[in-house]
Amino acid sequence: MSILVNKDTKAICQGFTGAQGTLHCQQGIEYGTQIVGGVTPGKGGQEHLGKPVFNTVREAVAQTGATTSIIFVPAPFCKDSILEASDAGIELIITITEGIPVKDMLEIKQIIDAKGVKMIGPNCPGIITPGECKLGIMPGYIHMPGKVGIVSRSGTLTYEAVNQTTALGLGQSTCVGIGGDPIPGMSFIDVLQMFEEDPATEAIAMVGEIGGSSEELAAAYIKEHVSKPVVSYIAGVTAPPGKRMGHAGAIISGGEGTADAKYAALENAGVKTVRSPAEIGQMLKSVL
Amino acid sequence: MNMKVHEYQAKELFRQVGIRVPQGKACRSVDEAINVYSDLSNERVIVKAQVHAGGRGKAGGVRVVEDKNTLADFVKQMLGSQLVTYQNAPDGQPVNQVLIEEPCDIESELYLSAIVDRNSQRVVFMASSEGGVEIETVAENTPEKIFKFSVETMVGVVPYQCREMAFKLGLTGKQIKQFTDLVTRLYHLFVQKDLSMVEVNPLVIDKSGDLVCLDGKINVDDNALYRQPELREYHDSTQEDELENRAQQHDLSYISLDGSIGCMVNGAGLAMATMDLIKLSGGEPANFLDVGGSATKERVKEAFKIILADPNVKAILVNIFGGIVRCDLIADGIISAVAEIETELPVIVRLEGHNATIGNQRLEESGLNIIACEGFAQAAASAVKLSKGEK
Repeated sequence: MSILVNKDTKAICQGFTGAQGTLHCQQGIEYGTQIVGGVTPGKGGQEHLGKPVFNTVREAVAQTGATTSIIFVPAPFCKDSILEASDAGIELIITITEGIPVKDMLEIKQIIDAKGVKMIGPNCPGIITPGECKLGIMPGYIHMPGKVGIVSRSGTLTYEAVNQTTALGLGQSTCVGIGGDPIPGMSFIDVLQMFEEDPATEAIAMVGEIGGSSEELAAAYIKEHVSKPVVSYIAGVTAPPGKRMGHAGAIISGGEGTADAKYAALENAGVKTVRSPAEIGQMLKSVL
Repeated sequence: MNMKVHEYQAKELFRQVGIRVPQGKACRSVDEAINVYSDLSNERVIVKAQVHAGGRGKAGGVRVVEDKNTLADFVKQMLGSQLVTYQNAPDGQPVNQVLIEEPCDIESELYLSAIVDRNSQRVVFMASSEGGVEIETVAENTPEKIFKFSVETMVGVVPYQCREMAFKLGLTGKQIKQFTDLVTRLYHLFVQKDLSMVEVNPLVIDKSGDLVCLDGKINVDDNALYRQPELREYHDSTQEDELENRAQQHDLSYISLDGSIGCMVNGAGLAMATMDLIKLSGGEPANFLDVGGSATKERVKEAFKIILADPNVKAILVNIFGGIVRCDLIADGIISAVAEIETELPVIVRLEGHNATIGNQRLEESGLNIIACEGFAQAAASAVKLSKGEK
């Protein structure tokens, strides 16, 4: 078992023929992911990476039966692509693109929520169920099928957690990068709920960072609803207020969003926290 | 990042959408200031230094003047100076413009702002009867004096929301309609111009009972600047950190800090984690720097240059998780960048991921002052030691 994606997941790619789409779809296909086609308007009828290219998502869904779409199109066109996917019946959208205007995300969020469409990202590394399905830009080889569910706002920090759990032989059930934007599709809580229900997941690693209050909300949720052990690391203890640390969402403003406040909330909810990202794996091992 | 604009620019935008602000104009020279002064109908005017920071009044950047000579003296003193407020860097920000405005006879001061609220995932308006002071202070001491409502994205501001807020603020008569009109126009501006924050503090009621926006603060969502050409023109790089600007031109995400260990990391989360680990090991990071997903030689070189431009840096810690890109290639990039830059400072490198062992070997054999470390924690500890001149 796993969450959101597995070996049977059929996915298409929007922005399939672009440089990023090509590189990461090729790696996904080599990993064994069922990427069954792609969409690039105007290039319908062609073949790319041995898969059919379609002009529209609706056509791609009708022809391939895909339920998932991974999006690599440039930020100015993402609202269009996401809404096209959600109108065409795609159930899970993975938006890798960074730099989508927040106004676009406010609108997108209203529509996909109303339709019940799930979205991972934007500005995220994607999702992987090790050994089954890789839809994202993460290096596949560091993963190992196993029992830790990983959810994170940061790409390379996810890889750290993955690497440690692989080295310790724990492996991962599914890894979800929810992304570093202020308005994300799926939240920590959405993913935590799925990990709690997933029999393959025995422990959860949650990697957060400064900004917003999604970790605090997650802490309250964990306290009430999560029975599995949760280990957490929060990046940005040393980050100064008012400065955006790379991610659009990683900013301490008006006294809100500090790492200390997040740590306090998580510890209060019974989460095992670590102050060094190098200790995530060891802590997971100790709770399993 | 959110792009800040000056008060005079915020007021220009307010005027464009029909929001009432005091008569006035920004000036870049004493002559211009005198001309503007002569054109205004009042003897008594307010002169406000324009910098991207709050607390200008307390810092001596705002003054009421009543004659031409005092005006000229103050404008001369302000233009070209560095204004240091409690909100900006120790050496302040340069004053390149002053805003000269007609005064307003203030009856009372309110507060009004709009932001993108992450929790409700909507634009939220916030108002308070306690204007003219820091809203954080009001929030802490008298939270009951702050009123909020969120805007349905697909609908926009509905008049009743404004009326409700106006009544809570104690407004009466014509002010109710004026407030509704103001909030509605501000929301249009917010949406049309891709703003991430707009703040009017104070929003005043003048002696004739009318609402006037006495100050204006606007942040623009810089992800949307590609479709806001007019706002791009408002960008004032003189108000920003020089190194941060340079980094931005090379698409590097850089924030300068006070410590002595320069950091170069791929990924924003890992970069923050690296800073944290330096602190945990007893050192202080000199910067945040995300070189991005592809740590190529050119980017690494540019990043080194920016880090080394900070004279406080005593050691450099490079922390790269080689995902898609192989670590041996990253090592080659680091070696040639260090060789070209010719720095004497120790460079501590931690490579993790594909071909990390080969990468580390190359770093060790480079003959340069590069120390390869296998673990994240060891690398941080080693950088802290070396930055203090210990072996």
